[in-house]
Amino acid sequence: MSASAAKGAVVAATRPRRRWHWALALPLGWLMLVVFLAITADWIGLPDPSAQELILRRKPPSAEYLLGTDNLGRDMLSRIIYGARTSLIVGICAPFLGFLVGGAIGMSAGYFRGKIDMLAVGFIDILLAFPSLVLALTFTAYLGQSLFNVTLALGILSIPAAARVSRANTLAWANRDFVLAARTIGASNWRIITREILPNLLPPMFAFWLVAISVIIVAEGALSFLGLGIPAPQPSWGGMIADGREALDVAPYTALIPAAVMFATVLSLNFVGDMVRNMVDPRRSAL
Amino acid sequence: MPWIVRQLVRLVVVLFCVTLLTYMIVNILPGDVAIVILGNLATPQDIAGLRADLGLDRPMLVRYFDWLGSALSGDLGRSYRNGEPVAQAIIDRLPVSLQLMVMAQVIALGIAIPVALLSVRKPGGIFDRISASAAFGFLAMPNFMLGIVLIYLFSVSFDLLPATGFTPMSEGLWDNFESMILPSLTLGLIEWTVLMRVLRSDLLTTLKEDFILLARVKGLSPWRVLLRHALRPSSFTLITILGLNIGGLIGGAVIVEQIFALPGVGRLLLGGIFNRDLILVQGTVAFIAVGFVVINFLVDMLYAVLDPRVRHVRFRS
Repeated sequence: MSASAAKGAVVAATRPRRRWHWALALPLGWLMLVVFLAITADWIGLPDPSAQELILRRKPPSAEYLLGTDNLGRDMLSRIIYGARTSLIVGICAPFLGFLVGGAIGMSAGYFRGKIDMLAVGFIDILLAFPSLVLALTFTAYLGQSLFNVTLALGILSIPAAARVSRANTLAWANRDFVLAARTIGASNWRIITREILPNLLPPMFAFWLVAISVIIVAEGALSFLGLGIPAPQPSWGGMIADGREALDVAPYTALIPAAVMFATVLSLNFVGDMVRNMVDPRRSAL
Repeated sequence: MPWIVRQLVRLVVVLFCVTLLTYMIVNILPGDVAIVILGNLATPQDIAGLRADLGLDRPMLVRYFDWLGSALSGDLGRSYRNGEPVAQAIIDRLPVSLQLMVMAQVIALGIAIPVALLSVRKPGGIFDRISASAAFGFLAMPNFMLGIVLIYLFSVSFDLLPATGFTPMSEGLWDNFESMILPSLTLGLIEWTVLMRVLRSDLLTTLKEDFILLARVKGLSPWRVLLRHALRPSSFTLITILGLNIGGLIGGAVIVEQIFALPGVGRLLLGGIFNRDLILVQGTVAFIAVGFVVINFLVDMLYAVLDPRVRHVRFRS
């Protein structure tokens, strides 16, 4: 009994990959649908997501309003789809911004070491010393609310994580023989960083970026939920959930539908992110 | 320098930078408090006068050191809005936030430890797979979403628990508990997933050790082996994660306090942000950041105390 349990433990711990390749179709399909609708939102004949029709407020889902209408009589389906556009813009651009800056910081720290490394690590430590939501709140509150500022604030927040990933990977690659070889033939630092090290950083950074997208989509949702993210008439999933909270007793679907859509999207992103991370770095998939 | 002294020096430096950064964010970024207080109809003279009264016309670094000096003596200034001392406002609301976070951690650990123990009994078995899926699902739930769903389920549909509002402990322990259940569940139901995964993976590693084999050979029951022999050496990472997660917990507390209308520090901060109450925001953010840094420092220390191997390695490095 105990011997088989111990054997089971070993098998589970060393099992190389989870077998859910076939199950990946659903999350991938959902993500493709969300992306497709977000891109084509203007061309598929959706009603204006901000057009109010107070007489038609809080209509349950029907043939005319597939997902019903919200507290102000706005079409929910349209708002969900335009909200997807907001989430995707912030979710893709903010980590990208963070990765450009953080990646550069991490690479210089890992490559040059010494004082630059010390400064970079200190900088990262200080940004990490704030609970991230509190920092995001403070930034957007004082920058002013707009799509651009929310993206900027969340982009700044993703700098430390990006810097850590790129620093750790650079440290590992910078000691390799091919880097030494490049240096021996007289390649400049710039050339070594961009041509020898950077290409090796891209796979782990890409895997991390996928994870960051879902984290940032949730963070944008939280900011908008608190009324400090995307400004009011513009649809955002977090804002829709907050609006729906007012009418939870009479029209629960106004909150539950955007909640379900957000859940499905984050879940799918996590699925795909895990998968890619397993492929890029099998060691980290053990946990 | 001994390890502990270096850590303390580092702590002080980080605290200094964190408060300076807080001060800079709040003061450099646009948004003039004087205009907010006086309204759009104020004359430039009025605004200049008020700015001088509030000391806003002095250089920022001078103001920072002034502020730091008083902050060290426990004076975080007074709210621009209603003149309430900021330090007192924080102290008044702190118990609510602390109660929320402690209850959330208790719930999270209360779920994570039994689930992890049950799932390592048969790794890859049915329970293990179900609990892994459940953890994956809960991990994808943003806390504001889970909060709304819980209100819908427990307050709107079944009317079991109050949806919002807070009852202080002085007005009855049970009423207080009742008003805190949903908020702490909202945080705890997400937090347990991370703890469970970490503990499960550490338990699996521990179970491969020789002393576990010895305990089994002695004929101890599987549960006794798990509880008495495997759990303790497997919980070090858990403690670190508990510390690291406090940042997320604080952010979560801000949202949850807002959803459930709890008068905690998070809601104080949000109110300050909405009212553009600079001094209040500055004091609250600095307080939260300092608290976070100090807690993480203490967790690091605790880790070293609990696990002699870590202490040894760190002392030498």
